[in-house]
Amino acid sequence: MLARAELDVPLVIGSCGTCGADAMVDWMMEITRELAIELGQRVKVARLYSDQSVTRVRAAKLRSIGGKAPTLRGNIVALAGAEQMQAALETGADIVLAGRMTDTAVISTYPMMRGTNAGAAWHGAKIGECGALCSTHPTSGVVIIDFDTAGFVVEPMASGARCTPHTVSAHMLYENADPFILHEPGGHLDVTKAQYTALDDRRVRVSGAKWVPEPYTVKLEGAALVGYQTTVLTLLRDPRYVANAQAWADKLHGVLTRQIDAQIGGDYTLEFRLIGINATLGPLETGTAIPNEVGVLGIITAPTQDAASEIAKLINPFILHFPLTDSEELPTFAFPYSPAQTDRGPVFEFTLNHVMPLSDPMEAFRLETEVIDAA
Amino acid sequence: MLLKDAVQKIRSKNAGPFRISIDVFCGDAGGFAHVCNALQTDMVADKLNIRPEHMQRFEITSLHTIKFSFERNQPQGALFDRDMHGAQYAHLVGEVVIPAALPQSPESA
Repeated sequence: MLARAELDVPLVIGSCGTCGADAMVDWMMEITRELAIELGQRVKVARLYSDQSVTRVRAAKLRSIGGKAPTLRGNIVALAGAEQMQAALETGADIVLAGRMTDTAVISTYPMMRGTNAGAAWHGAKIGECGALCSTHPTSGVVIIDFDTAGFVVEPMASGARCTPHTVSAHMLYENADPFILHEPGGHLDVTKAQYTALDDRRVRVSGAKWVPEPYTVKLEGAALVGYQTTVLTLLRDPRYVANAQAWADKLHGVLTRQIDAQIGGDYTLEFRLIGINATLGPLETGTAIPNEVGVLGIITAPTQDAASEIAKLINPFILHFPLTDSEELPTFAFPYSPAQTDRGPVFEFTLNHVMPLSDPMEAFRLETEVIDAA
Repeated sequence: MLLKDAVQKIRSKNAGPFRISIDVFCGDAGGFAHVCNALQTDMVADKLNIRPEHMQRFEITSLHTIKFSFERNQPQGALFDRDMHGAQYAHLVGEVVIPAALPQSPESA
């Protein structure tokens, strides 16, 4: 905010809180207000809200971009693009606090308003969205993107970091299913014919990307509650149990589900992941080495936290003492802390992989402005 | 030979919560030509238990890179997802066995 005041340029922040829900915009507004008072600034703040009501989304003609039917419950946001950010900037705001928007639109909007062609603006925004990831020193922080009408120049800010045609063009691969096409509200970016030219050993000029307009849609993101979790962790160090960890866990799972069904019942899931054996990849794991020890991560999901927690308490003595066979003394495994169970709270899953058509880009978004005067 | 020994780097990462994208950086034109030929899409699909027809493949000559994109078996963060950001698939893909490059002719050796 100090730099913004000195340069007298708009400060743009999106997606507030990373999920961009309305509550996150309001949270950022409170931080902005505190800072403005602390710094003695007078600032006009525009808030762009992206939350969508289930009713609105239900009435829309959604188009799937991933094959599954939409789940219309929980929290839903729409990803704003350049049009909504332009509306926010045109209020004359000093600071824009945006809800959910595409990472690229945070950067592409202002250059387009100043005359950069859309292909170059969106391409530069994609290259710049992860900062120095497009340079030889990915952890070195930031890059500057200098836009002109037909292209842009990218330059890393850290001394020693370099941008090369290879590091810059390779960034189009990152977190992107298609290395040449990037979908945005109202069209897509096509970088098939982009040219990357080294200006010197640390700066690259890029031009030639094309923006292809399409009917206006915004992508939706939704998350809905699927239950509450409690986890338990126990460690096997006995070499015989380590060597037979999968068989032990399978047998334990069978015994426990019978116990839970008999004593508590209800909807729940219980899963054991064997850390050291296949916790990361599950059935895809190909490694067969026997480790020194195995971490047994038990994950319980139930409709309420109380139910998940109660199941964990029921299974606690079993995960501490469960024997491989009936004819041996009860073993005792290692609990790394006490109590062995941890309540994780509510668990959410993504529910939507759809786009929603809009006849007016602002019809699904709300814009509010406010002056904080602490000068 | 193992794919990981034939290339510079393999990277796996979410592309949004429903897809994963794997980049195979071959390092140079020779390695790229070899791996493009030797690495069949169904070898990767088989390793990851993805139907080959659901696997997208891109060959980016300028970067000497092959990219595979596919829908996650579990969306990111779903109850039975084991790797929120999908980065460990790179290690599995590195284990794919591909035919070795043809030996170079004596003139070029």
